[in-house]
This record gives sequence, C-alpha cells and structure tokens, in this order.
Amino acid sequence: MSADLTELYQQVILDHNRRPRNRGKLPTANRVAHGDNPTCGDQCSVYLRMDGDRIAEISFDGSGCAISQASASLMTTQIKGKTAPEVQTLYKNFHDIVTTGNAPEEISDLGAFAGVHAFPARIKCATLGWHAAIEAMKSDPMPTTTTESHVD
Amino acid sequence: MLDIQKIRADFPILHQQVHGKPLIYLDNGATSQKPRAVIDSLVHYYERDNSNVHRGLHALSMRATDAYEGARTRIAKFIHAADPAEIIFTRGTTESINLVARSWGHAHLKPGDIVLTTEIEHHSNLVPWQQAARASGATLTYVPVLGADGEGGLDLAALDRLLTPQVKLFAFTHISNTLGTVNPAAEFCRRARAVGAVTVIDAAQSIGHTPFDVQALGADFVAFSGHKMCGPTGIGVLYGRRALLDQLAPDETGGGMVSQVTYDDARWKPAPERFEAGTPNMADAIALGVACDYLDALGRDRIAAHDAVLAQCAMAKLSTLPGIRIIGPRAGAERSGLVSFAFAEVHAHDIVTFADEDGLALRGGHHCNQPLMRKLGLTGTTRASFYLYNTEEEIDLLVASLRRTVKFFGVT
Repeated sequence: MSADLTELYQQVILDHNRRPRNRGKLPTANRVAHGDNPTCGDQCSVYLRMDGDRIAEISFDGSGCAISQASASLMTTQIKGKTAPEVQTLYKNFHDIVTTGNAPEEISDLGAFAGVHAFPARIKCATLGWHAAIEAMKSDPMPTTTTESHVD
Repeated sequence: MLDIQKIRADFPILHQQVHGKPLIYLDNGATSQKPRAVIDSLVHYYERDNSNVHRGLHALSMRATDAYEGARTRIAKFIHAADPAEIIFTRGTTESINLVARSWGHAHLKPGDIVLTTEIEHHSNLVPWQQAARASGATLTYVPVLGADGEGGLDLAALDRLLTPQVKLFAFTHISNTLGTVNPAAEFCRRARAVGAVTVIDAAQSIGHTPFDVQALGADFVAFSGHKMCGPTGIGVLYGRRALLDQLAPDETGGGMVSQVTYDDARWKPAPERFEAGTPNMADAIALGVACDYLDALGRDRIAAHDAVLAQCAMAKLSTLPGIRIIGPRAGAERSGLVSFAFAEVHAHDIVTFADEDGLALRGGHHCNQPLMRKLGLTGTTRASFYLYNTEEEIDLLVASLRRTVKFFGVT
C-alpha cells in the first residue's frame, strides 16, 4: 500500500468511520442543513441545537465514503460549544489542512486529514459535513416538538 | 476466439503505468478506449480533408462530404438500417433521446397518454421522459425490476399489464449500465407494437458489444454513442424508422437543414439533414465509421462471447470476497460484460481510491441510476466493466486488490 494511501486513511479516520460520533437525527434540533455531492452521491445532514449563539448539541446523518463520514463525525466533536465565528475559523484551518497538507501541531485530530491533499478529488468529501454545519448555523430556526435526545 | 494480445497492441493508451503499476482499464461502461485506426482517422481528416460539408464545390469540401456521408452509410450497415437516411448524427445517446422526447413527444403526446419506461434506466433515458410527460400532460410509468438485487430482470408479467392502448411510447435500455441485465429487446418491441406504441431503445451499452440489427429487433428509434464503441467522444447516432422521421418536425433549426427560406417562413429538408442543423461533427462521424470497421473486422459475436467469459469469470472470483453484494443477474445467468458490487462496510469511493493505487480504473457511485440505487437500498456500487482488450489476468489483479482493501477496512 502506498505512503499516500496510508497517510489518507489514518487510524483517526478509520476509527471515526467505523464508530461515528454524534450520528443520527437530533430531535431537539432547532437548525438543520443538508449537503450533498451530486457527482459521487455522498450526503450529509447536520442537526444543531443552538443555545444563544453557541452550538449546544450537534449530530449528523448521511452516507458516503470513509473520508466524508469520518470528517463529519470528527467535526461534530470539534465544533460543539462553538459560536459561528469560531466555527468559521476552525473551518478555515481545516480547509488549509486538506488543501495544503500542512497541519500545525496544536490542531488536534483534524490534522489527520492532511493526507487528503494528495487526493484532490476527495477534498469535497472531507469538507461536505463542514459546509452543511455552516449552512445550518446560518439557517432560520425551526420549531422543535420534543426535548428528548436520541444521538447514538 | 479473439487474439487479445494483438488487440491490445492496437490501443496505445493501454501501454502505460498508473501510480507505478500497469494500467488495468475496467471502466468501459463509462467510455471505451480508442484503437490506433480511429485516432489516425481523426489526424488524417484534420491534416488532409478538413472542410465544411454539403456547402462547397471545391475538392476538399467534396472529399469531406463523401467521407461524412460514407460514414453514415457505414453506420447504417453496422446496425442493418434499411436506409442511410435513417441515421441522424448527434452528440451522443443523451442528445439522441432528447431529440425524440422533444420532437416526437411534442407532436404526439397529450393528456391521458402514457409513456412507459423501466426502473433500470440511466438518467439519460428517464429524465427526458419526465420532461416530455410534464410538458404534455402525459403520465410516466415504470416497468418494475424484480429481486432484492435486481437479479430477476424486468417484470414481464407487469409489462403485459402496463402495455395498454394508452401507452404511446415505450423507452427501454438494451443493456443495463448498472445491473448488466440484457433485456429481450426484440420481444419488448413486439409487445409494444401490438398496442401501437413507438419504441425507443437505449443501446449505449450494447451497440459496440453485441451484433445489432434494428430491423430484426423491430425498433422504431435507437440511440447510441460513439465513444463507448471505440469511436470518438462527441458523436452519436439516433436511428429512426424512415416513416417516423419523415413526419417529425426538427428540434433545432438553422443552416443545412432547410430547403427554402424566406423572410416569413422556412421549409425543411428531409431526414437526415432536417435533424442536423449547423455544421456537423464531421471528423468524429468519419472516425466512428472507422470504429465500425474495426469492430466488424473482429466480429461483434466474438466480442460478445469474450465479454460473457470475462463476466462469468468476474462473478465467480468476486463472489469469494467476504461481505460482497453483487447486483444484477446471478452467476450463470445471462449478463453483459460488467459487474456491480457493494460492501456494507466499505464505500465505493474508498474502494475506487484503493484500486486506483493499484493501477485499476473502476467506477464508483450511483452510475446515473439514482432511483434504482434507492430501490435496492444502496448509495452506490463499484463497477468493473469489460471490453475486448481485457483479460482474465486483469480480473485476478482486480480481485487481489479488492481483497487487500476490504481487509484494510476490517471486513472478514
């Protein structure tokens, strides 16, 4: 297996792909957005419960390759509790990582996606969940009917 | 038997390395590679004969016109059309189907009519009929596919129920680009004709792979592309029975398709010119004629037999992989030269990325078959599609690559 491939499919990514965090619909969500890549069929919905200007709860749902699913899973763990400007800053860092392959030391698990830069066709897989989350934060609030949470 | 090594020598593109490994091209369902003769034909045309057709009286224009019309005659022979005027050059299968959907649909469809198609169509033989039905008030109905993996083919009993006198047109694929199913096209045409429905065959996946006789099939319209049959991109054909074409209004108008124009009105030339407004794609049409020569010299019956051997070999070897789900006809049943499969634990795009590192060109995704994927409960599949230059050794390398990939993802 080539060095590029092992760099792309890091343990962190395989782990999030196998055991996605915060996966499923969020019944308490008051924001939702859906993202898809029509060319490859990957889909990702992001559910948020905004508390003031912060993300109080987050989940994602969808289907796609290991890169897209692991990226969405990891993203949910990274942006919970953040405000929209903070998410934008994180996304900018993440975008730099996947397009340049340079991951600063302090960037935590997101650096696992540095290998994506060697596979330009897969950058949109890695950013799919982020786009949906950013759209969800911008979207109009939706009414919620329950306070029960079913995130697995 | 085909001499595969001799055939491979005809295709310059096959002799290269990808990521340091010999290229194994198994994406022929998307597009085929081109033999030297076809590439040479394009170069020759632009270096020696290039000129506009049907317009000039000079030597080059006459040469170009002869070659272009010669290609039309050659293609008519390739599909056993009764008359070269039944061959309309288009950009490809999609444009051919759209032409029928717009021109024929506009003239003949009205509220209460039914357009019948099937659940296994490529988007190019589905969306144009949605549009035609919407524009006319007609209803679009689908012949269902049988089996959890689509292995049962189209439901022939349902077809009989669905083919009512209200059905004005039945559009179906000859070979499914996703399942590998070979539809009984002659039987479909016969049943459609019995209720007075016009037939449209999407022959994109079959035309370069199997003998094809429009008269024996009894088809009214047939659409296909050059690039999947060793020809260039950007050229395709709509075959239409002369009697139908003569009644049909053009979809596009302009130069080359008119007999007389005044400031108030215009009169159309007969088919095929009526449907070829503007300067046609001469170079690619001529090269498509050369592709016909190439395939017929080898024999499409032999190509079909070779495809079948590879498909059964792939079915047998792929089925040994843990967790694999192969869709379409079961092992031993008739199947065209392609196999689509999925693993519950590994997405098609990860499979394709790993295969690419091993020099293998595969297709991963929904194959322009989103409704079918949804029906089968899949988000996508990986497809290996074979052609005349593929070998059993390449299938062994495919299976070895897939085995490494599923092991990496922890499938046991």
